[in-house]
Amino acid sequence: MQTTRRDLMRTALLAPVAAGAIGSARAAGPYKVGFMYVGPVEEAGYTYQHDHARKLMEEKFAGKVKTTYVENVPEGADAERVIRKLAQSNDMVFTTSFGYMNPTVKVAAQFPKVKFEHATGYKRAANLSTYSARFYEGRFLAGVIAGRMTKSNVIGFVGAFPIPEVVQNINAYALGARMVNPKVTVKVVWVSTWYDPGKERAAADTLMSQGADVLVTHTDSAAVQEAGEQRGIWTIGFNSDMSKYGPKTCLTSVVSDWSGYYIQEVQDAMDGTWKSHDTWGGLKSGMVVLAPFNAALPKPVADEVMARRQDIIDGKLAPFQGPLKDQAGAEKVPAGGALSDQQILGMNWLVQGVEGKI
Amino acid sequence: MRISLQARARPARAMVWLSPLLAAVLSVIGVSILFALLGRNPLVALDTLFIAPLQSSEGLAELALKATPLLLCAIGIAIGCRAEVWNIGAEGQFTLGAITGGGAALVLGGGGQWWVLPVVVLAGIAGGMAWAAIPALLKTRFNAHEILTTLMLSYVAIQLLGYLVHGPWKDPEGYSFPQTRQFAPDTLLPLLIEGTRLHVGVLLALLTVPLGSILLGRTMIGFRIRTVGAAPGAARYAGFSRERVVWICLLLSGGLAGLAGIFEVAGPDGQLTPVISPGYGFAAIIVAFLGRLNPFGILFASLLMALIYLGGEGLQVSLQLPIAVTGTVQGMLLFFLLAADVLINYRVRLLPARRVPAGDARHA
Repeated sequence: MQTTRRDLMRTALLAPVAAGAIGSARAAGPYKVGFMYVGPVEEAGYTYQHDHARKLMEEKFAGKVKTTYVENVPEGADAERVIRKLAQSNDMVFTTSFGYMNPTVKVAAQFPKVKFEHATGYKRAANLSTYSARFYEGRFLAGVIAGRMTKSNVIGFVGAFPIPEVVQNINAYALGARMVNPKVTVKVVWVSTWYDPGKERAAADTLMSQGADVLVTHTDSAAVQEAGEQRGIWTIGFNSDMSKYGPKTCLTSVVSDWSGYYIQEVQDAMDGTWKSHDTWGGLKSGMVVLAPFNAALPKPVADEVMARRQDIIDGKLAPFQGPLKDQAGAEKVPAGGALSDQQILGMNWLVQGVEGKI
Repeated sequence: MRISLQARARPARAMVWLSPLLAAVLSVIGVSILFALLGRNPLVALDTLFIAPLQSSEGLAELALKATPLLLCAIGIAIGCRAEVWNIGAEGQFTLGAITGGGAALVLGGGGQWWVLPVVVLAGIAGGMAWAAIPALLKTRFNAHEILTTLMLSYVAIQLLGYLVHGPWKDPEGYSFPQTRQFAPDTLLPLLIEGTRLHVGVLLALLTVPLGSILLGRTMIGFRIRTVGAAPGAARYAGFSRERVVWICLLLSGGLAGLAGIFEVAGPDGQLTPVISPGYGFAAIIVAFLGRLNPFGILFASLLMALIYLGGEGLQVSLQLPIAVTGTVQGMLLFFLLAADVLINYRVRLLPARRVPAGDARHA
């Protein structure tokens, strides 16, 4: 009996200490979560989607979670300072751009009690997870739409930088289009920026003058949608639902929805069940979704796209399944095979049917 | 009543000291009104903006770290401006310094030899100088204006960096992401205080303040630079070569910007990435003029500018204010500082309204 009582007393004494140790800033009030963005929040685009998800997450936990964000943080020496600042006053920190990888790793090592999540990187630690979206799955479906809608059999892609994520998207777009229309070629114009409406617009004009009649973009502004609307050329948006920038011509958008992920991660962190992990979500987990279709999209095409979407979710169809050939016609994947996640992550070659260089 | 600005016969000595004070008071009032309108306590906001960043050794270290590239670039720019040689392209020279120094670090690092780091730093200086030598040549041989050539070469330098990190210098283990390998420890600048990011480069940068001041004030070269700028006719009469001054100014400011570039990548960055400068070379132009083209003034201006950046981050993190507010605050501070300077050379007069002749009303 005596031992039990002593144990009880010890438990009673230690309980507040333990509660304090779980999250230093937590005992006093809500669970604090910080976000760091590479661009300004604005009304659409990559950073907007992260911020939109942050708001949904904060609403979901009504009062139990308090969020903070810092926007437009340059990738470089400034990033580390801002991450450290966020770590000093938050229980959990999300850094949402690839260029924040090494600074996040450094700061995570200095704040072992804070949980870190870095988007689109590949370095992890006990308190540092990584997460990213399989945009290419949505982009494959965009390709199906483009392949069906093109009359000139030339479709265009405005790319930011030739990094693997963008290369995956060009390839998936080409593969989706050529699955339904083998005559399609994809023309690529690089703009060497994530956000510059002027350059993106110029790239769209170039592609249109080369005969492209469906345009997609892997940059952050709505300039391509606006160009398409003015010239009556189909477009497919990216990151956010871009329909308001192209009410007649924007057929759909490949949208990233981070809210489910943020809610899950913060819930796990508050429950104490959070563990370092890597997440690469796609159509199945709802991290990548298609925005509502434009009324101009014919019903048979819409039905076909939804069927292919279901095939990808069910695992019956992989965007990067064989036979896959590169631009020179050399076989990269034989029929029956498919690229592994590792191979997709480091993708640095273009598939047959793409005109452009990395 | 109307307000008129009248030129003073000579700059008002009192105003040289009073104008920054006046600017500070006006800024505090303006910023307080802004915060009050946004529903924040102005005292808390001012504390976050100006005091909080200075209250820890980490904050002070970050302040010095942020001011260093601004200081180095601005001193070089200012020396040029004194001779009316306008180097707008410190951003490009900064980038080239990072490329050449970073390239040296990638090639030579890892062996642990003592001489590697000095070579890396010298390579950075040489890169900045070489990039500034192009406008110098174009100016002295073809009379091409350096404002255009230095500015345009900045974009070339940034594209060159992009090519290297996307192409030949890409980390082979980096999943094709645009970045180089991380530099070996023997090519990184040693830290002054453990636990902060303050590195020895900050001290070297500080050294350029007295050196720049001596160069301008007490040497023959400095005298020539000032004379070519202030009185080109007299300089020609005295036989000072304008070409030589152009070369000296551009090489000097290019070298300093290159030094800033290598300090950034061999300091806090530790590798080359597509984005290594948030526009230090351009912000340094503001810093140079804020510091009245005087090295000691520039030291204060660069610290102030760095403080505004850090305080702006604090506003976002601590008070959850959007970045537009930080931008507004920064703009307000710079506006008051530069506007108050008008009072040094002009006096404000309130005059009675001018009587407009009846038939001439449309010109009023």
